[in-house]
Amino acid sequence: MAEMIVSKFFYKKEAAPLEYYKKNGNGYAALKKALAMKPDEVIAEVKKSNLRGRGGAGFPTGMKWSFIPKESKVPKYLVCNADESEPGTFKDRAIMTYSPHTMIEGMIIGCYAIGANKSYIYIRGEYVREAEYLEKALEEAYAAGMLGKNIMGSGFDCDMYVHRGAGAYICGEETGLLNSLEGKRGEPRVKPPFPAIKGAFGGPTIVNNVETLANIPWILNNGGEAFAKMGKYPNSGGTRLYCVSGHVNKPGIYEFECGKVTLRELIYDHCGGIRNGRKLKAVIPGGSSAPVLAAHELDIDLDVEPMMKAGTMLGSCGIIVIDDSWCAVKAIKRITHFYAHESCGQCTPCREGTRWLEDVLHRIEDGHGKEADLGLMLDVANNINGKTLCALGDAAAGPVLSFVQKFKHEFEEHIKGGKCPNA
Amino acid sequence: MSKKLLSEKFYSELKKIRPRYPINQAALLPALHLAQAEHGWLSDEVMDEVAAAIDIPPPVVREVVTFYTMYNLKPVGKYHVQVCTNISCALLGAEELMGHCEKRLGIEGGETTRDNKFTITEVECLGSCGTAPCVQINDDYHENMTPERMDKLFTELS
Repeated sequence: MAEMIVSKFFYKKEAAPLEYYKKNGNGYAALKKALAMKPDEVIAEVKKSNLRGRGGAGFPTGMKWSFIPKESKVPKYLVCNADESEPGTFKDRAIMTYSPHTMIEGMIIGCYAIGANKSYIYIRGEYVREAEYLEKALEEAYAAGMLGKNIMGSGFDCDMYVHRGAGAYICGEETGLLNSLEGKRGEPRVKPPFPAIKGAFGGPTIVNNVETLANIPWILNNGGEAFAKMGKYPNSGGTRLYCVSGHVNKPGIYEFECGKVTLRELIYDHCGGIRNGRKLKAVIPGGSSAPVLAAHELDIDLDVEPMMKAGTMLGSCGIIVIDDSWCAVKAIKRITHFYAHESCGQCTPCREGTRWLEDVLHRIEDGHGKEADLGLMLDVANNINGKTLCALGDAAAGPVLSFVQKFKHEFEEHIKGGKCPNA
Repeated sequence: MSKKLLSEKFYSELKKIRPRYPINQAALLPALHLAQAEHGWLSDEVMDEVAAAIDIPPPVVREVVTFYTMYNLKPVGKYHVQVCTNISCALLGAEELMGHCEKRLGIEGGETTRDNKFTITEVECLGSCGTAPCVQINDDYHENMTPERMDKLFTELS
């Protein structure tokens, strides 16, 4: 494995304090470097790096930053998305626990690049301890003059605050997050305007994921080109944190250069294969919103485009591994229950459709399914897909469509046999 | 409003938080967290006082409170046991774990024991999928849980 960028300090309890970061992690040298550059030069460096958003959409970060208007009558903001709510994803929590300053340094650099003097970390409400770690790290950064007025004598001012959510998956969607930051229900907004034009409190706003921001110091320290060189594919630089959960021998977070590892290598060479000598049934590769892959579809490089080509998505790299002891119908029923629970209710296709899907899956799993149910589910899913304000609708529909397509025989067995064959 | 339900500490904390935001309402989520930390749940009276404290209409507070799962609309026990049963946890036995908790405490999900000690709630993904199943009790995560480890915890907390 080449150099680790983001997970370098993982599971070292002593690594979180500022002192450690300065001594062992080149701490805040990147900020110093950035403050000596022009904001546009910082953005150019990030563009050069081919860093893509690590939250799920994979949008190029430098390009996103360049969408912020140079002049603005209202204040601009940078918001860190630490909502980490996509099932199967648990990397940002580790960054905030073991490496909070990496992310904070990245945020200050981002603020300088886009001209924001105020910044928020929107962290999911359940992460009470992680919010405390961040508060502590912010305190240290203020005391050391990395935050507040006239940072490192540069004349640049920046304040940063932790804002806790209160339990809602949809607040990981950037405009839902912004509404929640403003003290409202976390319902996604109609776009356009995009946050870069009108975001938090009406000001131009960048929303970046924790891992995305934690890459920024390395890029400034080593140059965008060095970052872009990492990884198999030209348009995707650096490393990714792959979160593996489910029926593998060694679940956990694995950092590799983008696309240099296949799904098969990750599961069998690095995670020790499937537990209890069982056989693999299915893999959900990008958080529970990603369409499922069957056991024979593992020879795919773990990067954005190869996954798209395979009909699924890399998303937030939440890789959920399911063995043959589990029923495919039960798995998709549980996933669909989540989307029905978390639909914010704004858009009718999602609000009504997710519940319909859950109901139908319920009766199939219970052995009361009808032959027409498979067609009904496809019809409902297709009537959600692409017909809602945000991606939650697609996230609910895609997995159902893929499970029905790839494990159709299991659904049919349930319907014909009048019970779950696994029960 | 007559007697205040929220403490001096609530008001002094709120005073520190409010200037972080350009608008009053942005202080609502933090204010509700503070209020719930004091009372354990958000009664109508407490919500009204929060509304007054940050100067927004009471219906706005209700509209927001009901959107989020972490604000309790009824009292919860001293220990709020929240069992994640989302897919990664379910794959490793979370549903059985939830059933075990219900059986052990003699209550169902969403209920509180008679002595007001425990409430159990089934929750969605806690972001601890690599160490599943995960149970959150009040502010702390308990990872790689099994029925045996759960029993040990219950005994310690009882």
